[in-house]
Amino acid sequence: MSVVETQKAGLEGQLSGRRLPRWSTPALAGGALIVGLIVQLTGWTVVGLAPGVIAAVVFLLGQAIASLAIEGRRHSKDRIATTLIYATFVVALTPLLWILITVLVKGLSVFDWTFFTSTMRNVSPRQPGGGILHAFLGTLEQVGIATLVSVPIGLLAAIYLVEFGKGRLKFWISFFVDVMTGVPSIVAGLFIYTALILTGVLQQSGFAAALALCILMIPVVIRSSEEMLKIVPNDLREAALALGVPKWKVILRIVVPTAISGLITGAMLAVARVAGETAPLLLTTFLAQDINLNAFNGSQTSLPTFIWDQISRGTSSSVNRAWGAALALILFVLIIYAAARILAARFAPKSR
Amino acid sequence: MSKQIDINDLNIYYGNFLAVEGVNLTVRANSVMSFIGPSGCGKSTVLRCINRMHEVVPGARAEGAVRLDGENIYGPNVDPVLVRRTIGMVFQRPNPFPTMSIYDNVVAGLRLEKTKGDKRNLDEVVESSLRGANLWEEVKDRLKKPGASLSGGQQQRLCIARAIAVEPKVLLMDEPCSALDPISTLAIEDLIRELRERYTIIIVTHNMQQASRVSDMTAFFNLAAVGKPGKLIEVGPTQQIFTNPQEKQTEDYISGRFG
Ligand SMILES: Nc1ncnc2c1ncn2[C@@H]1O[C@H](COP(=O)(O)OP(=O)(O)O)[C@@H](O)[C@H]1O
Ligand SMILES: [Mg+2]
Repeated sequence: MSVVETQKAGLEGQLSGRRLPRWSTPALAGGALIVGLIVQLTGWTVVGLAPGVIAAVVFLLGQAIASLAIEGRRHSKDRIATTLIYATFVVALTPLLWILITVLVKGLSVFDWTFFTSTMRNVSPRQPGGGILHAFLGTLEQVGIATLVSVPIGLLAAIYLVEFGKGRLKFWISFFVDVMTGVPSIVAGLFIYTALILTGVLQQSGFAAALALCILMIPVVIRSSEEMLKIVPNDLREAALALGVPKWKVILRIVVPTAISGLITGAMLAVARVAGETAPLLLTTFLAQDINLNAFNGSQTSLPTFIWDQISRGTSSSVNRAWGAALALILFVLIIYAAARILAARFAPKSR
Repeated sequence: MSKQIDINDLNIYYGNFLAVEGVNLTVRANSVMSFIGPSGCGKSTVLRCINRMHEVVPGARAEGAVRLDGENIYGPNVDPVLVRRTIGMVFQRPNPFPTMSIYDNVVAGLRLEKTKGDKRNLDEVVESSLRGANLWEEVKDRLKKPGASLSGGQQQRLCIARAIAVEPKVLLMDEPCSALDPISTLAIEDLIRELRERYTIIIVTHNMQQASRVSDMTAFFNLAAVGKPGKLIEVGPTQQIFTNPQEKQTEDYISGRFG
């Protein structure tokens, strides 16, 4: 504001320069929108660009030129960069919002009490009704087992890598964690299928599915835990060691508690990541239409495989059920994210 | 109560790099010795060898002997954990444990290592250690607050309280005031003068006034060039080192600093 006042008074000092007035941005945006609208209505267009794109280009160029004329090169570049950053933000956010809104609209149409409390038992694909209870319980059980196995293994491996590891062994473990991070999820399923199911060690079951999820989850937990342990300041380790505390207790009582909020977040994000996996589950547990609480015996449906199943049946009521289950899955993952944030904030070191 | 330290022919390495060479030094019980010298000459390195913190750095090792009342802490069956209980350390930057309250910080060493003392016992330790570190009056009403809620100078005194709570015989301080304001610095210097009654103290400092204010003896370290090992040049009563050094290097360093 003071710059504008100085300008008005004609008392420009050496440290202030001419700036575009505040109203210039909305004015230019309005102008660009009008251009876009004209393009839209008249059907006249430049090399086939959509009206929205033309409006954006008009805004970007208009502002850059106005700024160059009045404010100078540096401010002009600053405005171009700012506009581009906001534009990419919108571009990145659009598909996300689009997906959310679509799922919300289509999913809410089947959301009712029975959808959450009943199963697909005795419900034919053409019939409306039925529910996701069996799939939801299956997801809980499979993801729960996967978490119980992966988090301790991942955390211990991360502790090894950060606190103890050196030389060859550390290098190779680190290398294979990187490789495992890149394993496509269907390969994880295929591995469990050929190594454990075809050989007769396990039958198709929720547990086999959970093991496939573990393959995907462990490297993620290791990597995130490793990063979290690394940022614990070395000062704290040394302070504890200098008090005459043995190393294992330093790790257990100082390092891990200091990093705990990040460790929890990392584990929860890994859970959220595998909760939506479909391919490895289809190979390892396949589908069921009713509740099967025994993870060690027989097929078990989960939310992702439920969605896959319903869509492949192709009737309008089954596709609607798939949308409903998709919304339920998104809500489930959202709840995990929220819980991660709350827990992380609760355990974070406090400074007042 | 406190103990004498004798360092014999100590060579200190980081991997293959000889950082400090041939240190011979005696620190009498109940005295304060300061280590001075230019940056990188190995003051911290020597200090960390005295409670076997040096070997915490990967690849770091030391040759020679450091005796605590005659017992070599680098002897074959010596447990570094026990050495560190006997020889406490305060670091350059205050480093209270961020997950713990003031109270828990003070008793961290006891809680984490000894079997849990009864409550009254720990309360006493907290009060006496905080009094010992001149911090009790300032924090007695907020012992349950996080250690990180204190000011830098208070945090450093908290770290001293934490170090003396495990009742060491020797206290090593690596530039304990370099991150502090002048008032906190004075508080810590007062504290060092009081602590001398009960502990043998070695303090690394860049501040020569500080060295002359708090220490009985002063050791001057120097290095011939970057990449060459640091050496102990001269050790003697603080008064003598500052007024009448025997070595030319010491005199240059001191007069350079004093202008
Ligand atoms: N962690 C380390 N790894 C390798 N070299 C180190 C390490 N710490 C210190 N050094 C080297 O050891 C020498 C002495 O360092 P230091 O004891 O920190 O000096 P001062 O405390 O006197 O400033 C320096 O040459 C320094 O580069
Ligand atoms: Mg140093």
